[in-house]
Amino acid sequence: MKPYWAISMGATTALALLAFAGPASAATELRMMWYSDGNEGEVVRDLLDRFEKQNPDIKVVVDNVAYKAILESLPVQLAAGQGPDMARITDLGGLSKYYLDLTPHVADPEYWRKSFGPYLDWYRKPGDTTGIYGIQNQLTLTGPFINKTLFEQAGVAIPKEGATWDEWAAAANAVAKKLKIPFPIAIDRSGHRFAGPAISMGAKFFNDKGEPAVVDEGFKAMASRIKKWHDDGTMGKELWGSVSGSAYKGANEEFANAQVVMYFSGSWQISQFAKQIGDAFDWVAVPQPCGPAACTGMPGGAGTVAFSSTKHPKEVAKVMEYLASEPVITEFSARTLILPAHVGVAKKGVDFKTDIKLAKDALSAFTGHIGKLSPIAFKLQGYAYNRVLFNAIISRLGQVVVGEMSLDDAYARIPQDIEAQLAEQARKK
Amino acid sequence: MRRAIAFLTRRRGGRGWHPTDVLSYAYLVLGVVMMFGPVVWLVMCSFKTQAGLIEFPPSLLPYSQKQVVVEGYKEPLPLFEVKLPDGTTKPMAQVRRIGIISQMVDPANPGQTVRVRFEDRTPIRELSFAWENYTTPLAQFNFTRYLWNSVIVTSVATFITLIINSMAAYGLAKYEFRGRTSILIFIIGTLMIPISVIMVPVYLVVTQFGMVNSLWGVILPGAATPTGVFLLRQYMLTIPDELIDAARMDNASEWQIYWRLIVPLSLPAIAVLAIFSIMWRWNDFLWPLIILTRNEVYTLQVGLNAFQGELQVQWHFVLAMTVVTLLPITLVFAFLQKFITTGIASTGMK
Amino acid sequence: MESLLQLPWAIAMRALEYPMRGIQRLIGERRMPYVFVLPNLLIFGTFVVVPLFINFFYSVTGGTSLFPDQRPFVGAEQYGYLLDCEDYLKPFSCREDQFWRGIYNTITFVSFQVTAMVALSLLTAIVLNRRIAARGFFRSVFFYPVLLSPVVVALVWKWILQREGVLNAFLTALGGDGIVFLAEPQWAMFWAIFVSTWAHMGFYTLILLAGLQSIPRDLYEAAEMDGTSHWRTFRRITLPLLWPTMLVVLVLSLIKSVQTFDEVFVLTGGGPGTATQLIVQYIYSTAFATQVHNFGLAAAAAIVLGSVLLVLTLLQMRLGSGKDKD
Repeated sequence: MKPYWAISMGATTALALLAFAGPASAATELRMMWYSDGNEGEVVRDLLDRFEKQNPDIKVVVDNVAYKAILESLPVQLAAGQGPDMARITDLGGLSKYYLDLTPHVADPEYWRKSFGPYLDWYRKPGDTTGIYGIQNQLTLTGPFINKTLFEQAGVAIPKEGATWDEWAAAANAVAKKLKIPFPIAIDRSGHRFAGPAISMGAKFFNDKGEPAVVDEGFKAMASRIKKWHDDGTMGKELWGSVSGSAYKGANEEFANAQVVMYFSGSWQISQFAKQIGDAFDWVAVPQPCGPAACTGMPGGAGTVAFSSTKHPKEVAKVMEYLASEPVITEFSARTLILPAHVGVAKKGVDFKTDIKLAKDALSAFTGHIGKLSPIAFKLQGYAYNRVLFNAIISRLGQVVVGEMSLDDAYARIPQDIEAQLAEQARKK
Repeated sequence: MRRAIAFLTRRRGGRGWHPTDVLSYAYLVLGVVMMFGPVVWLVMCSFKTQAGLIEFPPSLLPYSQKQVVVEGYKEPLPLFEVKLPDGTTKPMAQVRRIGIISQMVDPANPGQTVRVRFEDRTPIRELSFAWENYTTPLAQFNFTRYLWNSVIVTSVATFITLIINSMAAYGLAKYEFRGRTSILIFIIGTLMIPISVIMVPVYLVVTQFGMVNSLWGVILPGAATPTGVFLLRQYMLTIPDELIDAARMDNASEWQIYWRLIVPLSLPAIAVLAIFSIMWRWNDFLWPLIILTRNEVYTLQVGLNAFQGELQVQWHFVLAMTVVTLLPITLVFAFLQKFITTGIASTGMK
Repeated sequence: MESLLQLPWAIAMRALEYPMRGIQRLIGERRMPYVFVLPNLLIFGTFVVVPLFINFFYSVTGGTSLFPDQRPFVGAEQYGYLLDCEDYLKPFSCREDQFWRGIYNTITFVSFQVTAMVALSLLTAIVLNRRIAARGFFRSVFFYPVLLSPVVVALVWKWILQREGVLNAFLTALGGDGIVFLAEPQWAMFWAIFVSTWAHMGFYTLILLAGLQSIPRDLYEAAEMDGTSHWRTFRRITLPLLWPTMLVVLVLSLIKSVQTFDEVFVLTGGGPGTATQLIVQYIYSTAFATQVHNFGLAAAAAIVLGSVLLVLTLLQMRLGSGKDKD
């Protein structure tokens, strides 16, 4: 037999010699790890191209990675001292020990405090009240969308501002029943999405000492509704039921396909809906459904941070300063249809670059939600280990929904899971 | 030709049709549908627009809504088949839609608009291939670089794996020496342990060698596969010792025995390992994802994954880029199909 | 062309001849096996054995630090946590119920998947071994999915199986009701097994086909002369002569099956609930996917898994070699 496998070997020997040569460059090269939900990667590259033209001595390489890499690989890399200079991240509090404090490096720290005031705290270590660590360049809010066209077709009145979750559920069910729509309500499978409605129902998430205390009457009120809605068909099983652990699952495709009457997700869906739905039907952001305690969603979002392991803090700060400047923030928001967190920009308002009026309306509806957020929602988002809470909640409620455990078991397991993880976290040598 | 239609079992020469023949062919045809169907579906889907992808019921071919340019309107308008009050239907373009009422215009008579109920219109669709699913990512995506990295990783890793595994297998199969049993136990003991469960310590080791974001960090950790050593050793055990003794008589050195005698005789098993290694390396994903976070060292599988965000997955890009990663390996397979399948087939694995 | 590509390889091997002869003179023929084993052992030791020891160290320490020297010693606490059960047959009575769910799911998955794999590839190999038209084509068809990456395989099937996927479109067109396959625990497990069998059976089919072709034809002819029935021929001739090949297939498919992770993870995400969460996924997500990277617990789970697998492998070897001598 011919040793054809030698083909690969023969070729290899030649290739191997050429393979590992790295490029050399005179300018300071900075690395930024970046994930994208939509066109953010393109836009930031474009913005940085302009920066590089003004600052020929700095070159910023944007490494486009999967979100999975940001979540799973970046923390390990940072722990091993192998991280990039900057990154776009969402675990704002969890990575705080690796951040570079920009205060001594930027020209005008006051500008940062003024512009990102309410968000700077999300990046700080417990006890730290002054450090400037990141640019909150994406603000997200969880909240509901409805398919207004379906309401009109069914002749069901849309609940007004102040309507409760139960009223919304009844209305959505009425529409679905009349038009044979499979999902009256869909809520993203995510602990973060669950938290807003739970707070509305009266969940406090923390005890008086500020320690996490997740399961209370308010929490149970929302959790038992979730269970009931899955049992009576208000919510479809494939969202909360079909993956395990803390995996996220959205219903954006079903909603875009007019299979969902009411979809509780968040502001980040708008740019996708503009592309996927366009104006095929009226998709509208409606006021937050209420509970006895509040009518709130959860804030969230992503930020760009610099890491203290960088060898070029000065240059990094320069890039960060550029990205935090008002025109850049404005352009970034306008082109990506992302809500700006920058206080000045938010006040002025952004002229979002889209032809679709529905998208503009939805963006301004979500902007209107910001002022009405519950303080508990802010506190929960600022808690460094909030993902531990969210993960425990969603993985156990996911099991409840498919019938693997009862609500009471879940109420017992959730605090145990949280306690075990926080205890592991606290263990130091 | 007669032979081609004389569907005969091997054991019963020339006696016409047998019920099992019908079953065999039915099975094979089903096999073609089952094995190829999903891939064909994937390729078709990769040409659909973002809106077309989520349609239900899905269509096999990529369709999108037809648009027409109507006099007096700047943008092209979407075309619908409209049921008119008198029961006839007519293609009309939609100007705008308010709630469940559409404002429509007849392209032949652009001056006059009509109000049509939502239910009375169905979109007119036409076949269209969304090539932008391919062109957009390929423009931002340094495809040739990723392809090159994938080729390097696959070929270098396979090369190293074959050499060191076959050497070790020879040493363990044909010699008695101190420590052999303990080495064997270690190799057999780790046979079943998946690398994903010791990823963290391997990462730590790779860090210490400074191989993060280097292709070596991907190539080396998996090179000494216990499976490979085990497979080759089992095969080499069947080579008669007399051959080796005869070669020693002829004054061949141990190295010559290895590469001039043992390697050619074990080629079938080495070929199986080569294919195993190539497939594994080309498709490897989890480990490179952890190790490679700089664009210039991305392999295709890692690059492909960059379209999966926190909250959104850009499926149209993911599907199109999946097809792109499939292309090279499919071409290689089509080209070397005979080699690969007969290669495994002629191992006569013992 | 081919010989041209072979050339570098031949030159390299040739070039090594003289130094190797020198080494042989220096250390003697009896120590040469060490030279052969050394390169493999170096890499194996660095990237498998050393990590295994680090892993063991992780499993007896706590905290979230990556560096062993910064981790506090906790003794067998992680193991105690994993093994703390009221009833080992009921995963939900355990403190770390996810771990036990993973174990039981893996047992189900592996037993069905390996059975299906061996049965289907044997069937396919037998069919392909008949005198059929276009055998080369059919052989390639069955092999093609082997080329696909696990991620691609899972994506393709997920796309087919979702509520609005093509399979449900097909079912509704036939007048049935759509099934949300991946939201029903039993269906999800079925499809996980189906898809991973689909993806890998081509490889084992070819190995078995080779085994079938190496069975001397005259044995069958003799059997036919004696008027032996088909089934009897299969049991008396094909199966025993195919046994060594079957054993290879069994070992390889078992190894692959236990290690299954990405394809099922991408397909079902381990759900619904935890119905298809396999043990490797549990270990991976404990170490990586949580905000608090619990390397200690993950390592302890890996060690438990490893010891069980070690015992199984040794048993299998014993079984295999026993059969071989018959």
